[in-house]
Amino acid sequence: MKRSLLALSAGLLVAGLAIAAPGAIEGVQKQPINVSAIAMFMVFVLATLGITKWAAGRTKSTADFYTAGGGITGFQNGLAIAGDYMSAATLLGLTSLVYAKGFDGFIYTVSFFIGWPIILFLLAERLRNLGKFTFADIASYRLDQSRIRTFAAFGSLTVVCFYLIVQMVGAGQLIQLLFGLEYNMAVVCVGILMMVYVTFGGMVATTWVQIIKACLLLGGGTVLMLLAFSQFGFSFDNLFSQAIAAHKSGIKIMAPGSLMADPVSAVSLSFALLFGTAGLPHIMMRFFTVPNAKEARKSVFYATGFIGFFFLVVIILGIAAIVIVGQNPAFFEGGQVGGKLIGGGNMPVMHLAKAVGGDIFLGFLSAVAFATILAVVSGLALAGASAIAHDLYARVIKKGEATSAQEMKVTKIASVGIGLTAIALGILFKDQNIAFLVALTFGVAASVNFPVLVLSMYWKGLTTRGALLGGIAGLVSAVGLVILSPAVWVKVLGNAQAIFPYDHPAIISMTLAFVVTWLGSITDKSSRAAKEAAAYEEQYIRAQTGLGAAGAHAH
Amino acid sequence: MTQENIHAKIRSNPKFAEMVDKRTRFAIILSLVVLVPYYTFMMITAFNPGLLALPLSEGGVLTVGWPIAAVLVVGGWLLTGVYIRRANGEFDDLNQQILQEARK
Repeated sequence: MKRSLLALSAGLLVAGLAIAAPGAIEGVQKQPINVSAIAMFMVFVLATLGITKWAAGRTKSTADFYTAGGGITGFQNGLAIAGDYMSAATLLGLTSLVYAKGFDGFIYTVSFFIGWPIILFLLAERLRNLGKFTFADIASYRLDQSRIRTFAAFGSLTVVCFYLIVQMVGAGQLIQLLFGLEYNMAVVCVGILMMVYVTFGGMVATTWVQIIKACLLLGGGTVLMLLAFSQFGFSFDNLFSQAIAAHKSGIKIMAPGSLMADPVSAVSLSFALLFGTAGLPHIMMRFFTVPNAKEARKSVFYATGFIGFFFLVVIILGIAAIVIVGQNPAFFEGGQVGGKLIGGGNMPVMHLAKAVGGDIFLGFLSAVAFATILAVVSGLALAGASAIAHDLYARVIKKGEATSAQEMKVTKIASVGIGLTAIALGILFKDQNIAFLVALTFGVAASVNFPVLVLSMYWKGLTTRGALLGGIAGLVSAVGLVILSPAVWVKVLGNAQAIFPYDHPAIISMTLAFVVTWLGSITDKSSRAAKEAAAYEEQYIRAQTGLGAAGAHAH
Repeated sequence: MTQENIHAKIRSNPKFAEMVDKRTRFAIILSLVVLVPYYTFMMITAFNPGLLALPLSEGGVLTVGWPIAAVLVVGGWLLTGVYIRRANGEFDDLNQQILQEARK
């Protein structure tokens, strides 16, 4: 039970993630068509398509396409990063966890947050100073262009692909639930809109879609919190004593419960979140959209503020829902308080919106949830398209000889290809238990992308051979351990006992990746290794000072 | 002036070593200020959860765990502010001087 809860909550809460837990799937049934929600969503779609048209006019070069020409300000980028991180799942999953478990939900919230300051202190400015368009730019900065870039591009694509499946399946379920649209139709809608944004508007459109959605989510969440909190006279004492009285666990919701009883699981989860976040290609890409390291730092400051604020709002929503939703028979199947929530376990915040703001507010929040998914998949598709067009096509296949026009063409084809793939995978994985894909996404990000990224920036001794061996070790162990974990071995393959007891492999696979990379590098006595070590000097100076870093493009 | 020349000049500029040292130390200290309390908190939840269940005030319902968790979030954010204040001010000024002196 403990582990399945861990998997469930991890599945739900992880950044940028839609509903992926089995509980959500069981609870899904098509709802009557929600007209106000669809109308508000159409307004959002029209507005963002307008932005895409405007952005298309400004997207002329590959730099415009991949990074908005480096012309996004720190504040705008901060909102966009926060948008990438605050997904529909953060809103739905976190509130439902607090609703069900009280303080344990807060422990998770803190774990999802804590990586951001670390990303600022240790990575942000180096990312900005060394990177141009993709994370592979940094990984292959002084290592073998073909091999390391290919490997890094595949690392990005793997993460993008797993994450897209999670998002698409979540989108289908959520939209079916909130809007009353067919699952397949919802998936096709999301896929097509995503292709339009990315193909025509590139990073400029994707960023603005993300910013608008972040504002809607922050604004909507705050208003909901104020409406709900006002019913308790804005008194925490009042709120909490009523919640204790209403919750079946009573006073236990005020203290850590069973979720954290296993320290190894807790640490492995925190590793996956902390380092996996730093290894997500669409998050890293955001650092290349600002003009310099100064703005990159500011973006993290703003992003961290927005994310932290939103998370605290979400906690209050969860507690308020215990009282307002948890005691109202209208929100339970068959009117049985304490039974199954209508729409499944992820719905407390949606019911809360209806309880305190009526149908219109529920419609608004549903539209925001849909917009959220759309924005996150667009960021993912763009990251995937850049890995294909910039890394694999322009750098590896054409050896840097491709013209800007050729590269743009490939990018657009790649975006459409990724969109179609996402639709196909979304339909293929319908009704599958995909909780393991979350562990896989973050496991691969933390064990394949993160080690090569951080070592290439921080360790002079890293060589091509070490990076490749370590990357392969990270990939094989992350995938292998996820297959042996409860999420796949028990829940998908139906075995009684998992061979690897933890859902998140990061504690083992990431450590292994670092050790193998180190061993592979120090035993590498080739002349290439010597050259690579010698090239560190130039990279180090650029990482520290920004000398020679790609600047902003004037329009 | 060649690229190597600029690099050599930056390297030999004592300000470069000063900036890198100070900034690296600052970043590591702040990381520890975030991570040590966070992992301490996590270990308390795992090994001694009763500690976080103590009531905040006599007869009140709030336990100490809630404000502590909130402080981890708010404090983490404030520390990002502390970092960029110094990095975007003092360190970036130093960085500009280093780059200018190297191009002379």
